[in-house]
Amino acid sequence: MGLIDLANPSRFLAFSRRLLQVLVPVTAAAFVAGLYLAFFVAPDDYQQGATVRIMFIHVPAAWLGMMCWVVMSIAALGTLVWRHPLADVALKTAAPIGAAFTFICLFAGSMWGRPMWGTYWVWDARLTSVLIMFLMYLGLIALWRAVDDPSRAGRAAAILTLVGAINLPIIKFSVDWWNTLHQPASVIRSGGPAIHPTILLPLLAMALAFTLLFVTLHVAAMRNEILRRRVRTLRLIQAEAA
Amino acid sequence: MDALAALLIRDMRLAVRIGGGALVGVLFFLIVVTIVPLGVGPDLMLLAHIGPAILWIGALLASLLALDRLLAADHDDGSLDLILTGRAPLELAVAVKALAHWVTTSLPLVIVAPALGLFLNLEPAAIGAVALTLLVGTPALTFIGLIGAALAVALRRGGLLLPVLVLPLTIPVLIFGVSASNAAIVGPVPFGAPFALLAALTLMSVVIGPFAAAAALRHGLE
Repeated sequence: MGLIDLANPSRFLAFSRRLLQVLVPVTAAAFVAGLYLAFFVAPDDYQQGATVRIMFIHVPAAWLGMMCWVVMSIAALGTLVWRHPLADVALKTAAPIGAAFTFICLFAGSMWGRPMWGTYWVWDARLTSVLIMFLMYLGLIALWRAVDDPSRAGRAAAILTLVGAINLPIIKFSVDWWNTLHQPASVIRSGGPAIHPTILLPLLAMALAFTLLFVTLHVAAMRNEILRRRVRTLRLIQAEAA
Repeated sequence: MDALAALLIRDMRLAVRIGGGALVGVLFFLIVVTIVPLGVGPDLMLLAHIGPAILWIGALLASLLALDRLLAADHDDGSLDLILTGRAPLELAVAVKALAHWVTTSLPLVIVAPALGLFLNLEPAAIGAVALTLLVGTPALTFIGLIGAALAVALRRGGLLLPVLVLPLTIPVLIFGVSASNAAIVGPVPFGAPFALLAALTLMSVVIGPFAAAAALRHGLE
């Protein structure tokens, strides 16, 4: 059974059911390990004290919020260019998950900012561009809900996703291009990570856990969306027959 | 080329003809610029301080609300199908429509902005800066709005969906437009830097907008 067989919704449902049976416990284990590392193994920061542990939630959530848009962009190309049958299902289901991660990033960052910076919010380049990404997520979800036919909505949403992808490099480089209150890049930068391994490793462990969570939620959501479309088709057939 | 020129002239004629659709945008701009001082208070120093921002936000909202007229009317009476199946490349056709829309909807805003700057106690340098940044920045608003208009063309009950889709994409234009206007007045930051970025945004949107809009129309109206 090749990868191409997964384009068939029924095969995908069968495969994803088995995949989730593996993914859910692995994700749970990854979170247990990551949270243990983050809250018990990682040392307090010499300046920030225990508050630095918000970073273990805030940064992976930010990474996942952006990664989700990358996944959506690939799915959008799948819809528009390769006409993959499940591409718009992947596109539609990823949007709420990405919006949730972005919200967690903004909220956790806000909670971190109050003790550290003295303010819940500041309109610097990084925070503003992430907020714009959050607004674009919500606009995308609104577009999905505005059109009855899911596959037609999928093509419009795919174009909007690709247009919005221009925000991703802006977010990443916003701390370099502008003078921001948000700190500059510490992990993915030329010259390697600037964080000590005792804090970097729990951060990467949490990032792995968040990534597994995204994959699990996404696969589960795709299953739900396929079933939801089947129900819709059956209802349409029933309404026409009546 | 004849087809595109004809399309441009047709759109401009229609915009001027249908119950003043073009000038209603100017009226809305005037109303917004009137409302803000009523809400904020008559302190002239404060108004001069936030004046460029008020003018820019008013122009942005007026452009957004006028986007309905860009494609929806043609979709309703079938002209859009003719344009889609015509010989002129769709990207150029929608670009020409956006150009006509800018000339009839946004250019009047730019022309009226200096007069409205007087309501906000702006000094001549500020008025000039705002007018120039609006002139350079409003095409970006129109061409980015073109993408949203194409995405939402077939939606009956579009409502606020179109502004919601377009606004996040136009935020950089707003930021740099106001930044350039303020730099001309107060100016530790030189005017040239944000102005160049604003011009860059316009040029980029003039290229990306028609392509994205054409793709949206092709895929959405299958």
